[in-house]
Amino acid sequence: MKIVLKNLTKRFPNRNKKGGADVIAVNDFDFEIPDGMLVGLLGPSGCGKSTTLNLISGLEKPSEGRIFFGEDDVTDLPPENRGVGLVFQSYALYPHLNVFRNIRFPLENFRGKDRLTKEEMEKRVVEAAKLVQIDHLMERKPSELSGGQQQRVAIARALVKMPRVLLLDEPLSNLDARLRLQTREEIRRIQQETKITTVFVTHDQEEAMSISDLIVVMKDGVVHQIGKPQDVYDDPIDQFVAQFLGTPPINMFDGEVRNGQLYIGEDKVLDVPGVRDGAVAAGIRPEGFILDYEGPLVCELTRLEVMGRDVSIIFKDEAMKGEAVRAIIDAKSRVDTGSGKVSFFLKPDKVHLFEPETGERLRFGKAE
Amino acid sequence: MERSGWKAFLYLIPALLFLGAFMIYPLFDVFIYSFEEGYNSASQTYFGTGFYNYSYVLHDPYFMQALKNTFILVIITVPVSTGISLLIALGLSSIPKLKELYQTVFFLPYVTNTLAVGLVFMILFKKTAYSEGLINLLINLFGGRSVDFIDCPYWAKMFVLCFYTVWIVMPFKILILTSALASVDPVYYRAARVDGTSKTRIFTKITVPLISPMIFYLVITGFIGAFKAYSDAVALFGVNLNAAGMNTIVGYVYDMLYGDSGGYPSYASAAAILLFIIVLTITCINLLVSRKHVHYS
Repeated sequence: MKIVLKNLTKRFPNRNKKGGADVIAVNDFDFEIPDGMLVGLLGPSGCGKSTTLNLISGLEKPSEGRIFFGEDDVTDLPPENRGVGLVFQSYALYPHLNVFRNIRFPLENFRGKDRLTKEEMEKRVVEAAKLVQIDHLMERKPSELSGGQQQRVAIARALVKMPRVLLLDEPLSNLDARLRLQTREEIRRIQQETKITTVFVTHDQEEAMSISDLIVVMKDGVVHQIGKPQDVYDDPIDQFVAQFLGTPPINMFDGEVRNGQLYIGEDKVLDVPGVRDGAVAAGIRPEGFILDYEGPLVCELTRLEVMGRDVSIIFKDEAMKGEAVRAIIDAKSRVDTGSGKVSFFLKPDKVHLFEPETGERLRFGKAE
Repeated sequence: MERSGWKAFLYLIPALLFLGAFMIYPLFDVFIYSFEEGYNSASQTYFGTGFYNYSYVLHDPYFMQALKNTFILVIITVPVSTGISLLIALGLSSIPKLKELYQTVFFLPYVTNTLAVGLVFMILFKKTAYSEGLINLLINLFGGRSVDFIDCPYWAKMFVLCFYTVWIVMPFKILILTSALASVDPVYYRAARVDGTSKTRIFTKITVPLISPMIFYLVITGFIGAFKAYSDAVALFGVNLNAAGMNTIVGYVYDMLYGDSGGYPSYASAAAILLFIIVLTITCINLLVSRKHVHYS
């Protein structure tokens, strides 16, 4: 089931009694989530991603705009008539019911022609439990389960009523690091088996990048960029997206363009044809440096971090923003630490230029 | 370890002394009195030991009346007051405005003196030479005939007593239940809404189980409190409860201790022990029932 959001806006009245403008949590969203995809809503906290999820689920009513599931306009439908399964951040498992009865709970709400017999319910519950691999824990109470198991129960409970859309609110935030890796694979597997259009919310870009078919990067209620994770990473639309995606983060420099040449400090580092002259914000991905003693970018070496697979070079430059610059290079490269200086060539496709004021991307063509 | 153990015991001594002197010793004492026939507290003498006191009490029509009154009171007021309190608490937790004001209003009876409340009830219900009583005026207004609630018949008096008891115990229950409802994580309600759970089902399948420990606590203390009812009856019907036919078990014990200039401490003790056994039995039954229906998180 594809999900279409049209000019979706959500305003919350300002709690401050002296007036003041309404808080706009979601500002004029306009995008389409294709059928059967796993989509990550990604952004820093307070960017409106949870509100978006609540709007899709129907727990919140939009101030303006429409929501469609397929061809159906569901904007005015209450949550129960939308056919959504929602997994809450805290899982919200009923503590007094065991796993079996928790998963069965949504089915018991069916009335009229949808009403199920006891046997049908049991069959559906067992199917859902098998899908998330918790069918051996049916008698347990939620308090007797680990965090990961609770999450699986919550997913099973959301899936058992065969929703058109599955929504997950920060699905991994309550799990420890190891379980997080495992669970995100699990979510991916379940989504691929069920083919249900799934939207999940996260503030962790790694989480979103690793399992999503599409990511939606948001900030302050505005969508910045929508695309496949790799495309968004390789071709960010503005400085916010570039800085938000990637670990370690992109390195930012104060640069200047003169006659189609990018200068960082006094070093002429790259040909950037087609960019207007003047100050720019230059972002260079950590993997965008090529260590070479003839390289044009000369910096002061701080230290090396050897990771086995690769080596991080931490260095300083007068034009950098932030504490230090990190470059990741192949472990085979020999770094000469004796001089206290390092020099680099830059990979053009790993360098992104932005307007210093607005953060807007300045694209440059290939150098001849 | 040894020394710190002694030290801890030292801190407990004041409490233990008081508990021993005013709770445990009297308990045993009453138990012993109940088997001593014709005990006289002035001369500290008795005729013999045995079950005669119990036999006397159980064959005393006044005691049987008190027993009946107490049971009716318990069976009616505990469920009714808990049920109404739950409804009021639900109402309170779903109105955002004026919540504090209503909470205060509902809590007022709790801090009002029993006898003052009794007086108000007299005005409401009692027929005097000057007035029919407010309730009777209301009954007349709807075309009914006046009922003398305070002097007879029995059901009218029982109604007044139950009404009074329900009213006086509700504030505390409302207070406890309102805070219990407030402590339920709203995420459960959101989850239930997404699943299309009806309001009634949310209430019976989610809210009630989640606050069941508090409901259970109120039922148990309600039972115990109602079994110990006395001052309420006095406030409504005066000190001569036997004559009014509205005595309670505790009233009976009191009358046996101080009535008829001198009193019968042995009978009083036997009646007190009987009350103790009844309350203990009911509480045990409550605990057994609760195992299945109360969910502690």
